[in-house]
Amino acid sequence: MGYNWHWGIYFDKIKGGEETYLSWLITGFGWTVAISLCSWIIALVLGGLIGTVRTTPRRWAVRLGDAWVELFRNIPLLVQFFLWFFVVPELLPEKLSLWVKQEMPAKEFITATVCLGLFTSARIAEQVRAGILSLPRGQRLAGLAMGFTLPQTYRYVLLPMACRIILPPLTSEFMNVFKNSSVAFAIGVLELTFQARQMQEDSEQGIETYLAVTVLYFICAFVANRMMVWIENRTRVPGYITAAK
Amino acid sequence: MAMIEIRDVNKWFGRFHVLVDCTSAVDKGEVVVVCGPSGSGKSTLIKCVNGLEPFQKGEIHVNGISVGTAGTDLPKLRSHVGMVFQHFELFPHMTVIENLTIAQEKVLGRGRDAARDKGLSLLDRVGLTEFADKHPGQLSGGQQQRVAIARALAMDPICMLFDEPTSALDPEMIGEVLAVMQDLARDGMTMMVVTHEMGFARNVAHRVIFMDQGRILEDATKEEFFGTPRSERAQTFLSKILSH
Repeated sequence: MGYNWHWGIYFDKIKGGEETYLSWLITGFGWTVAISLCSWIIALVLGGLIGTVRTTPRRWAVRLGDAWVELFRNIPLLVQFFLWFFVVPELLPEKLSLWVKQEMPAKEFITATVCLGLFTSARIAEQVRAGILSLPRGQRLAGLAMGFTLPQTYRYVLLPMACRIILPPLTSEFMNVFKNSSVAFAIGVLELTFQARQMQEDSEQGIETYLAVTVLYFICAFVANRMMVWIENRTRVPGYITAAK
Repeated sequence: MAMIEIRDVNKWFGRFHVLVDCTSAVDKGEVVVVCGPSGSGKSTLIKCVNGLEPFQKGEIHVNGISVGTAGTDLPKLRSHVGMVFQHFELFPHMTVIENLTIAQEKVLGRGRDAARDKGLSLLDRVGLTEFADKHPGQLSGGQQQRVAIARALAMDPICMLFDEPTSALDPEMIGEVLAVMQDLARDGMTMMVVTHEMGFARNVAHRVIFMDQGRILEDATKEEFFGTPRSERAQTFLSKILSH
């Protein structure tokens, strides 16, 4: 294989600049983490809310929640990025549209975060709903029979158990957010994948570049996984079915 | 005045008529056992009493308050109607004592210490003080059901509803739960009990209601019911249930 290995490439200066390739990768890593964490927060809040609403007796709210989930999970993520970036700004009122296109600070970052956040919220909503519905019907009745209002029943009885039950699927969703954030390169966010492509073209050391990127993504997902497992262990209920460990 | 008054209650699940013209009443301090074959609507009826199940026709009053009327503050009504479920339905993520205090604090607005004292004294009453800081999953079925009864009592209920409280228990645990219920009845608690435990009915109940296919076929004193039940259906039911 006629490939010129150069493991020191990370510390070389970029062509015609003072930065090192490593600083590119670190910047990219920073944006990746920022997009992922911000969209994760959006996804948790919205997904939790929508998932919960879909289990209430309010018919219209259930339908609205169902529609939300169907909308965001039936369109490819890449297309969603393009929709938010190119189409949504055009649909806004004229003044706002102009502001978004020309003046909004960190336009790519905000667009990517909103897009990934909403996309993930649909998936979390589905899990939250499944978690709540997996509880025995008697739990809801018991909460109500104690004199709790419906919101109180959710707050004190249903959600604490549902959240514990969905922690494992939520863990893989948290890891997915980091991995899915790589698609944001397509709208020009300077995240890890974007920087990697840039570094590859600039340095022509594709293998070293993508190996480094692989390691960085792996670290993200791995840390995310360990954090969730830690939470899972901390919130384990003594004597509850899965507690045999 | 009757504590629980049920008048011409009708309920449909879709097109299925689950409750047909049910009328009865439970006086203050009275213990009424509701029995009948499975699917007869007895669990549904008892869940109508505190509004956990809606009904389409008729009226139910608890302590003079109408359950089925739109403006009724159901959470407030339920907070002083105790209910015990077939599958206990303790809150698994809370300790036993938290199960007993949460609604006292969040619904009745009692202080932490007052709620805890009340909870502990009730645990003592059902003989489970040493389990206060355990989780429900660490208790046997019988113990869980006794906690569930204590949890309902913590709200100072004006009456208690039992929905097949011993049906999910292993035979050797039924006695401990029935003993607690018997105690309650002796103290003058108003109780409506859906159960197949005819021994309990004989010993403790004042009246027995027999249901079949959504109708109340018998509503008699215990002596009348076990002496000469009038409906043929009740006679067959009794002969089946008492023969073993």
